[in-house]
Amino acid sequence: MENQATYNYKVVRQFAIMTVVWGIVGMLVGVVIAAQMVWPQLNVGPYFHFGRLRPLHTNAVIFAFGGCGLMATSLYVVQRTCNVRLISDKLAAFVFWGWQAVIVLAAITLPLGITSGKEYAELEWPIDLLITVVWVAYAVVFFGTIAIRKVKHIYVANWFYGAFILAVALLHIVNSMEMPVSMWKSYSAYAGAVDAMVQWWYGHNAVGFFLTAGFLGMMYYFVPKQAGRPVYSYRLSVVHFWALIFTYMWAGPHHLHYTALPDWTQSLGMVFSLILLAPSWGGMINGIMTLSGAWHKLRTDPILKFLVTALSFYGMSTFEGPMMSIKTVNALSHFTDWTIGHVHSGALGWVAMITIGSVYYLVPRLFNREEMYSMKLVETHFWIATLGTVLYIASMWIAGVTQGLMWRAVNPDGTLTYAFIDAVKASHPYFFIRFLGGFMFLSGMVLMLYNVIRTAVAGRPVNAEIPAVVAHA
Amino acid sequence: MESLYLLIPLSVVLAFGIGALFWWAVKSGQFDDMEGPGHRILHDDDMPAEANENKAGDEKNN
Ligand code: HEM
Ligand code: HEM
Repeated sequence: MENQATYNYKVVRQFAIMTVVWGIVGMLVGVVIAAQMVWPQLNVGPYFHFGRLRPLHTNAVIFAFGGCGLMATSLYVVQRTCNVRLISDKLAAFVFWGWQAVIVLAAITLPLGITSGKEYAELEWPIDLLITVVWVAYAVVFFGTIAIRKVKHIYVANWFYGAFILAVALLHIVNSMEMPVSMWKSYSAYAGAVDAMVQWWYGHNAVGFFLTAGFLGMMYYFVPKQAGRPVYSYRLSVVHFWALIFTYMWAGPHHLHYTALPDWTQSLGMVFSLILLAPSWGGMINGIMTLSGAWHKLRTDPILKFLVTALSFYGMSTFEGPMMSIKTVNALSHFTDWTIGHVHSGALGWVAMITIGSVYYLVPRLFNREEMYSMKLVETHFWIATLGTVLYIASMWIAGVTQGLMWRAVNPDGTLTYAFIDAVKASHPYFFIRFLGGFMFLSGMVLMLYNVIRTAVAGRPVNAEIPAVVAHA
Repeated sequence: MESLYLLIPLSVVLAFGIGALFWWAVKSGQFDDMEGPGHRILHDDDMPAEANENKAGDEKNN
């Protein structure tokens, strides 16, 4: 029990396992709502209706799956790179149980129809308060550990994680300003266009700092570790960090093109979105080039395949995003499934793949094993996941562009060429392909859970000893 | 339009905050060495004891 000499792996282990569990739950709900769009009869009762399950899906995959993944990896990385145990085990345990409570409350209230109606911030005010408390505790654990670090330099991954934690705290507090009218109902403190703008300032930066910056922290630790190579350019990684966080927050208006928002704000958002391509690709290239000299490992190492494929999809969605923020392109893509395709090329291709790779890296280390129970299964998982992602994205591109073109088509006399239902009919086959792709991705997660359980059972939970601080090379 | 009276000042304050943090990082020598830190994480051996010792006897743990 010589606690001082070991790292706290317990909380990392708990979060890592729940990442896989919530991944399955969230993606299962995703597959269900995808099926509901193919077979509308599946919309049964008020509780399992698409409108109630959709926010359950987004909350479960982003905050439960993604959140647990970010917490597991950040608490591992901060300990290993600072050469010190977490500042408080009790507080870390509180973060774990508090976060699980938030997730469970979300899973109960959303199907019941209890919602504030703000996308990605649907949870009602009592849960919002709980989130705030848990998040502050998380920040204290993370930054407290950095404060007591034994290594002077703060590794770049921690900068990304730190930005993610601070930004999400700020976003959550500003966007969740609301007036309760009863236990489970509140109204936003903002009204009309102001409310919309605050909401998308939140929504956009949630994507930027939750789904991007946090996972870039993951990338900057696990890609070099798994490849056994230092980051291609450490200097570039620092430039990447500062450029990204300075640029991101000005790009939010691209979610509100052609709305009541002043025109110049929309154009400003578009310009910053285009600028955003540069730091994004800088980071992607930096990650991929980390493999230079180690390319051969890509052939045999499925974990590295996950990580590098994630980077490729990151590059793809950060190219697609700036294109979609050009107003004339957005006039076509907005409201269509193209946006859904873009979302999931980021969500499945980038966020899920980098998380899966990192969890496969962590699990054997947390359970005192040399490697996963079956690397064959990891390889299988990789191929199913990649194929599933491609099916999902490609079908949504086709469906999206089809919808956009059909909606805007007009006859010579000025009437619309197609009724709305015509575009729905045209999309139907692609909804089925999306369902299939999603189902494949979910199957991969089930394989992962099996593999994780077998690894855990074969090993035993350990808290690694803290090595003596190594002198600078 | 009114939203901008909230969001623009907030963003400007934030930009200054980030600037200050950057200034601190430079001053405190965070960026003095742009090579070593990349290598340092690789020197940190995080393979489990069992894997390292090729399954020697049970390690103490908690
Ligand atoms: C340079 C980077 C990026 C830019 C400029 C960008 C731009 C955009 C644009 C223009 C939209 C469509 C807005 C609309 O018409 O309603 C959008 C939607 C979205 N993007 Fe990105 N994107 C980027 C990267 C990413 C990444 C890496 C992810 C990761 C998952 C992501 C997640 C989303 C989400 C979730 C939405 C949907 C929001 C909603 O309407 O609910 N984006 N993005
Ligand atoms: C098995 C995998 C998945 C399937 C089948 C799936 C399916 C779906 C479906 C059917 C929708 C609703 C689309 C619509 O309203 O037309 C949706 C929305 C969404 N999903 Fe997924 N999803 C999956 C995985 C994920 C993951 C892993 C993430 C995030 C990390 C994610 C994030 C989102 C987001 C942010 C939206 C809302 C998009 C928007 O409002 O523009 N999904 N998903």
